[in-house]
Amino acid sequence: MNYEAVIGLEVHVQVRTRSKMFTRVATGFGAPPNTLTDPVVLALPGTLPVMNKAALDAIIKTGLMLGCDIAPVCKWDRKNYFYADSPKNYQISQYDQPICLGGSVEIELPGPARNVMGEHKTIPLTRIHLEEDVGKLNHGAADSLIDFNRAGTPLMEIVSEPAMHTAEEAFAYLTSLRQTIIYGGISDCDMEKGQLRCDANISIRPVGETKLGTKVELKNLNSISFVRDGIAHEIKRQLAVVAAGGTLVQETRDYDGQTGASQSLRSKEMAHDYRYFPDPDLMPVKVDEAWKQTLRAECPELPFDKQRRFFEQYQLPYTLTSVLVPDHAFADCSVPLSDRSLADYFEETVKLAGSDRAQSVGNWIVNDFLRILRVRQEAYDEKLQLPRLNDRELQKDFDSSLENLGNRETFQSLKNKITPANLAELVSEVAAGRLHSGTAYQVINAVASSGEAPSIIASRAGLLSLPTNSAELEQWCRESIAANAKALAEFKTGKESAINAFKGPVMKAAKGKANPKLVDETLRRLLAAS
Amino acid sequence: MNTGASLADALKPGGVKHRPLLLQTKISNVSSELFYQTATELVALLDAKKLSSVELTAAVIARTKAVDARVKAFNSYDEADALAQAAASDARRSAGQGRGPLDGIPVGFKDVIAVAGQPLTASSKMLANFVSPYDATVTTKLKNAGAICWGRLNLDEFAMGSSTENSAFGATRNPWDLTRVPGGSSGGSAAALAAGEAIVTLGSDTGGSIRQPAALCGVVGLKPTYGLVSRYGLIAFASSLDQIGPFARTVEDAAILLGAIAGHDERDSTSFNTAIPDYRTELKKRKGPWRLGIPKEYFGAGLDPEVAAAVEKAIAFYRSQGCEIKEVSLPHTEFGVGVYYIIATAECSSNLSRYDGIRYGHRAKEAKDIIDLYFKSRAEGFGAEVKRRIILGTYVLSSGYYDAYYLRAQKVRTLIRQDFLNAYREVDALLTPTSPTPAFKAGAKADPLAMYLCDVYTIGVNLAGLPAISVPCGFSSGGLPIGLQIIGQPFHEAGLLAIAHAYEQAHDWKNLHPKL
Repeated sequence: MNYEAVIGLEVHVQVRTRSKMFTRVATGFGAPPNTLTDPVVLALPGTLPVMNKAALDAIIKTGLMLGCDIAPVCKWDRKNYFYADSPKNYQISQYDQPICLGGSVEIELPGPARNVMGEHKTIPLTRIHLEEDVGKLNHGAADSLIDFNRAGTPLMEIVSEPAMHTAEEAFAYLTSLRQTIIYGGISDCDMEKGQLRCDANISIRPVGETKLGTKVELKNLNSISFVRDGIAHEIKRQLAVVAAGGTLVQETRDYDGQTGASQSLRSKEMAHDYRYFPDPDLMPVKVDEAWKQTLRAECPELPFDKQRRFFEQYQLPYTLTSVLVPDHAFADCSVPLSDRSLADYFEETVKLAGSDRAQSVGNWIVNDFLRILRVRQEAYDEKLQLPRLNDRELQKDFDSSLENLGNRETFQSLKNKITPANLAELVSEVAAGRLHSGTAYQVINAVASSGEAPSIIASRAGLLSLPTNSAELEQWCRESIAANAKALAEFKTGKESAINAFKGPVMKAAKGKANPKLVDETLRRLLAAS
Repeated sequence: MNTGASLADALKPGGVKHRPLLLQTKISNVSSELFYQTATELVALLDAKKLSSVELTAAVIARTKAVDARVKAFNSYDEADALAQAAASDARRSAGQGRGPLDGIPVGFKDVIAVAGQPLTASSKMLANFVSPYDATVTTKLKNAGAICWGRLNLDEFAMGSSTENSAFGATRNPWDLTRVPGGSSGGSAAALAAGEAIVTLGSDTGGSIRQPAALCGVVGLKPTYGLVSRYGLIAFASSLDQIGPFARTVEDAAILLGAIAGHDERDSTSFNTAIPDYRTELKKRKGPWRLGIPKEYFGAGLDPEVAAAVEKAIAFYRSQGCEIKEVSLPHTEFGVGVYYIIATAECSSNLSRYDGIRYGHRAKEAKDIIDLYFKSRAEGFGAEVKRRIILGTYVLSSGYYDAYYLRAQKVRTLIRQDFLNAYREVDALLTPTSPTPAFKAGAKADPLAMYLCDVYTIGVNLAGLPAISVPCGFSSGGLPIGLQIIGQPFHEAGLLAIAHAYEQAHDWKNLHPKL
């Protein structure tokens, strides 16, 4: 019998707000333990929650971007369960009336090759609701410590329909969802900081069956590649159980990305009764049409829509749009650029350089700007990752050398040097033949360091080509032809490539500053006349 | 046992004669002691420089030290802190920077209202050593008004009870008869006033916890409209029912205290954004006559005949003042206690889950693991009544029972509120007994259900979110105070206070104090 897998994802995303979901204390990551707390976060006797409207704005915006229906009233419920990371021992959440219902996420599956666009699909969503995050437990040998800094951070739970069938689809769903949320400025979705967390519900069933099989919930998928690997592993495990004549049990399993194995956490019999009921401390909030309109106006163009527009408006190839927009291939790479900044940079530059040079601008950004950024970041990171030294004096020297390390290059800091105006100028100079690609490469490196305009750098370095009306050039060409009778004979008998033999001496005479295009034209004109 | 006949008598014009009451031997004569004066009288003395707040506060402290071993109204007080506040108040007044009618007046706090730097116990072993690091909104407001934050008053643990016997720190006794209860849960707040241990006090009312002890101790107690006073800093029992309110010796004092604590608070989403009138001016301006309703369901079986007689006399008084007295019906009254014990326990089961021994409060020693820690800490930290209500509330919220209990109770709650709103189409306010009986003997109501019925006349008001006041309206033959409950319309506290004030001005009950 053939089986298919059915996968649904529950994704938790921390909403980027200045203050917490139900109190004014600041949100943040990496602060000393229990400093981002107040009486409300710690659930001291007598404290009450008050809703942070910015968080509600953010989730409604997310819902609008993903085409959800927005509930007319935002209602809050209590989810009751005891755990040490939960200060009130109930979590304020949304149970039977989530703020966003329905909607979908467009995904792109891997293409046949990296430079070829893959198949697009639409994964329907069940719901998105808002709740508050819990604190963090740090288990020691003898005791456990609790840090409530994270507690009360606004958290969106995005639940997909069980509509995916492969680990690749789940991977594509998560990357697309993540990118949309980053585009909207809703969250940075940094999985290492716990800003995005994913649980997967996985079952298998015979192909053709419409009923869902026994569901296993996979937890702790704490990187995007672990999501793919964990799901692939779980599907294999379930198929093996069934193939061996076994029965699957409904359970929650913990996936260990390091070992690639999973183990059972609890079975259905131990499932909680959360005793949901409407939170009497929070009044329902009306969400009217005007509110939604204001937020709709703030919603950005979605990544795939932008990509399609780049195809049409600028005739860019997939290889460029998939980096500029960008797509899943780059979402998890070492240069995190899955926000709008690269695409915006591209369009700002094209506006200055002209639409007919869009592809050239795209190439420069993808090939050179990103190369410089990556090289500089990797060099910085390498220095930082030197092993700790045993010798205290050596360590001191090393630490003080770090002080001279300066700042890590970022997209923005590099863009401040290779500004859209500088890049547009560079592209225009190349197009006009005043710079040829070999020297332009040196020029952009120099721009990346000094931030000066390419024309200034090039002219100072003497890299600009000679003016097109140079009488000297024609003279050098005549001399070159005259000096090489053999090549002239070959050219005359139809050997086209023989023309290259004349170019070297011309360039030599011009000390490399001749415009190659002009040299070629001049030679052909003279050869034709001779 | 009272019968429908006596209610009919009361409703008949001239049916009940309004007779002066014979004072009992245990009732002392009108007192001129400082600690028995009203805030209104005392502020006049303070403003006239005939009295300092330090003198007043010292008198209250001395009185407390003299009687509280017998009354046990206080869980804790901080003498030095109170005197320092009083000195600051005197300095303000001397500098011409007095802050009005509460500046320099000692106010007692029910021990569920947070005062920064002071213990906050809810009369529970769970919070026996807890000190609040922050002020409740009402505390901030009273501090801004110059009031002296004076002592934390005893209550039934987490405000669950009607006798102040469910306190981990010992029962409060009724100053009128120390063998009897003061009512509850704000028993300490009522008893302290009756015993002269504070000038005004704050309580909280979830099902009658201000009005019933006010009635049993012969003082005024007001439960405001839900949402009028911020709950921020009030230890929650049942969030949709809880309200902080004033206890005072007179309606005017209650009006002053209410004015100081009422108003929208951005820290409490359930607090209502409405203009707060000057209640004290309003209660003197509004002079009736009013249309007053007598809900027939509140005069049935279980009502003590002496209580019925006293309330009927009060009704007769209003009639004599030209008020229109009209019998009304609140047909869903009988479901009130049942609905209340579903909603209140459901909310409390969740509200009290934060007391887990992890971050603060009682923590059991030698727990095996975290589950064991929860079980042991809560088993040791909570008293029997609190546990009973948590278990009941957990049950009614459980999967499979929610619809049958909690959801159904919420629907009936809506019907109960509708009953009141229907009645208010015909009348301005309702007159009822506050408590079915005067103060009962300590230990007399060991059966929890018997205790729950103490709140039969007060619970509907909380379910409907209405304001209601209890004012003294006489004494039993045994010399125990009896309270008249006046139930008003939402956010019409000014009118409610005026109706109560009219009665109070024509009677002497406020001038009587227990012999201690």
